[in-house]
Amino acid sequence: MTTPEAALPKTHYLNADYGWKSWLFTTDHKRIAILYLVSITFMFFLGGAYAVVIRLNLLEPTGSLVSAETYNKLFTAHGVIMIFFFLIPSIPATLGNFLIPLMIGAKDLAFPRLNLLSWYVYIVGAVFTLYALVAGGLDTGWTFYTPYSTVFANTNVIAAGVGIFIAGFSSILTGLNFIVTIHKMRAPGLTWFRLPLFVWAHYATSIIQVLGTPVIAITLLLVTLERAFHFGFFDPNRGGDPVLFQHLFWFYSHPAVYIMILPSMGVISELVTCFSRKRVFGYNFIAMSSLAIAGLGFLVWAHHMFVAGISVYAAMIFSALSFLVAIPSAIKVFNWTATLFRGSVSWQTPMLYAFGFIGLFTIGGLTGLFLATLGIDVHVTDTYFVIAHFHYIMVGGAIMGYLGGLHFWWPKMTGRLYPEWWARVSAVVVFLGFNLTFLPQFILGYLGMPRRYHAYPPEFQVLNVMSSAGASILGVGYLIPMVYLAWSMRYGKVAPANPWPATGLEWQTTSPPPTENFPRTPVVHEEVYDYSAPPKEAALV
Amino acid sequence: MSEAQAGALAHHFADLEQQREASALGMWVFLVTELLFFGGLFGIYCVYRHSYYEAFSAGSHHLSWRLGFINTLVLIGSSFTMAMAVYSAATGRRARIVLFLVLTILLGSTFLGVKVVEYAEKIGPCLGDGPHTGCLLPGPRFDGEVLHLEGERAREAQIYFSLYFGMTGLHATHMIIGIPILAIIARMAYRGRFRPEWHTPVELVGLYWHFVDIVWIFLFPLLYLIGHH
Amino acid sequence: MSRSHVVSWPSYLGVFLILAALTAATVWAAGQDFGSFNTLVALTIAVVKATLVVLYFMHLRYSPRLTILVVFTGFVWLAILILLTMSDYLSRGWSIVTR
Repeated sequence: MTTPEAALPKTHYLNADYGWKSWLFTTDHKRIAILYLVSITFMFFLGGAYAVVIRLNLLEPTGSLVSAETYNKLFTAHGVIMIFFFLIPSIPATLGNFLIPLMIGAKDLAFPRLNLLSWYVYIVGAVFTLYALVAGGLDTGWTFYTPYSTVFANTNVIAAGVGIFIAGFSSILTGLNFIVTIHKMRAPGLTWFRLPLFVWAHYATSIIQVLGTPVIAITLLLVTLERAFHFGFFDPNRGGDPVLFQHLFWFYSHPAVYIMILPSMGVISELVTCFSRKRVFGYNFIAMSSLAIAGLGFLVWAHHMFVAGISVYAAMIFSALSFLVAIPSAIKVFNWTATLFRGSVSWQTPMLYAFGFIGLFTIGGLTGLFLATLGIDVHVTDTYFVIAHFHYIMVGGAIMGYLGGLHFWWPKMTGRLYPEWWARVSAVVVFLGFNLTFLPQFILGYLGMPRRYHAYPPEFQVLNVMSSAGASILGVGYLIPMVYLAWSMRYGKVAPANPWPATGLEWQTTSPPPTENFPRTPVVHEEVYDYSAPPKEAALV
Repeated sequence: MSEAQAGALAHHFADLEQQREASALGMWVFLVTELLFFGGLFGIYCVYRHSYYEAFSAGSHHLSWRLGFINTLVLIGSSFTMAMAVYSAATGRRARIVLFLVLTILLGSTFLGVKVVEYAEKIGPCLGDGPHTGCLLPGPRFDGEVLHLEGERAREAQIYFSLYFGMTGLHATHMIIGIPILAIIARMAYRGRFRPEWHTPVELVGLYWHFVDIVWIFLFPLLYLIGHH
Repeated sequence: MSRSHVVSWPSYLGVFLILAALTAATVWAAGQDFGSFNTLVALTIAVVKATLVVLYFMHLRYSPRLTILVVFTGFVWLAILILLTMSDYLSRGWSIVTR
């Protein structure tokens, strides 16, 4: 598409004000999104560093790079950081924060100061947790199972528990803000069924954040109280039941995985429709399936506990419910595929990530059905099969969606275009590296290699070496974008208001947007994905 | 009087009504998170009461139901005064807002005072050296004999008292946070910051306070009145 | 909460008096033996009291339907947590069906 040379708007949210105070005391949702972006990127690479050491250790069957105790601390740190400090906030706190007011034609979220508070709360939680990890570490696994965590562990359980407790409030505040914003601040004419699917996905995610996070908050609080004051709810020696801890823990932590994947699915809906130049197929189904995932996701948690000692009748109920929850996800995959069908597909970087997502998420999701099957789960639980399953969804799915979205909206956020060829190469490198890392792990798990062990039987070495090799490629694939994205902020080509071009209110303002988002509140007259109409120009000079 | 003058219309809202609705919805969503937060403890309570009914009953008998009853009336009374404070704000009676908020604070403090008495009675014996008779704090010094329990049942009673301290402690913490906030709102009222068109802070703190009252409405029978027949 | 509706203050007093009476009823009922219904009676009275506080003191009766949905959802989720967890504990004693 030939466009005249784009120029940055004279004033936008990045240059509206200068100085550290204008950033640390901002209430502009776009700046808060950038604050989060920097923080979670740091946490991602920190969590990744732990993964590097894990994979290095697993090159040798003796696993003698680190001691068994240290290894326990490594995988705990990797899990805690990646889940609580990267995946859960990632898309909502960065892309969600940035885009939701824009997508609904609002000037900001409903509670801008709460938004800033949520970032500070995240930072405080991160500091507590990092302190715990640095001052001796934590070796309970990110799952904090009792009574090890409450009675026997000699590591910084309390500090880490407090850190995650605090970070949970960041998640709750974000979810609360999104729910109220989406209900109360949509532009005139923007009915629910004209909302972008990105917004629907975040609405469903916010419901989970609000309903689920308080339960892990109280659970972690009780773990710290038990450690400090001998309460005994989860300690058999005091009349408690360790399985009760697991019920409470997984009541949140299972829906938490939907917090991690739903926003990414929202991104994919946006990418698939834009890069097929075609209205999304089955809009209502995709919107409703997001809500269905949020709801059903709360009914399946004990599938993490099939071998923990729950009653077999409860296990059967949870197994059946776990099969049900796969259906709305499958509906989304069908609808995305149907959108692509007879679309005019182009292969820009965001679309490469979207394709990666659809394939890898499908594999991850299908292997979830194996795990939901009681008979198979008894065999593969606590093996690398489970690890491969959730990494296919979280890394092959969620993170690819995140990267696709980051690239798609990068011009909007920064006013610059990233270098397309470098971006495509790294997308391919990520895809190849990812599969080399995690496909062997399905096999390892099926063959019986247990998770969370620093050593393994020698016959598993070839697959482990393949996995570690893949991890190094994956790492490179993640580092390249850091370089060119940073480069583009200064030297990238200036982006027009709507480079793709895509539909949606966020593209009808400048790149980057002004602080107040729109000069006049937009009024919406039509559905959001009308790709048959000519692209709209930015409504602002 | 323009919208902006009418009091603190934030720039990102179209009008005061939208702002008020958003604030109210936000507070209700927050209260739902609190419901689930306390809910975890109620879930634990259900599981253990089901399994350890005798020990729970013995522990419950040891509490003073009279003090619990009085405290319940005090707290419900504070909910009444809180509702009256909101009413006064809605009808523009400045002095009465302050009066009712102060009464709410006094009643809330009374509740906390009674709790201190109750706690002292149970924790006092645990301190210092000596036989620790009557210590009801879970841990190595817990005295099951004062409940006429021993062995397994005494261990189960420790779970009961863990729940007693955990649930009432969390509840009391919410009140300790709420009272200074009430004081701040009372000060705002004293300075004439509220009017019938805008008194959202009073409404929001009212919602919070009523929630804390509701939690206690369940705690009283569940902790104080087990097996009294 | 509704802007247009201001509840008259005698209503608040009335609700308070009913709540006080129900509190006394709670204590009285605890002293009676309703057999296996004991817990249900105590909880029912508590639910009635909580409902009165929510409807009248918290103005839910005059609030938009969205607010009512939010409150309802909260209680449903609490029920899910408690009931599904209890389903494990209650069925642990059941014998395994073998044939």
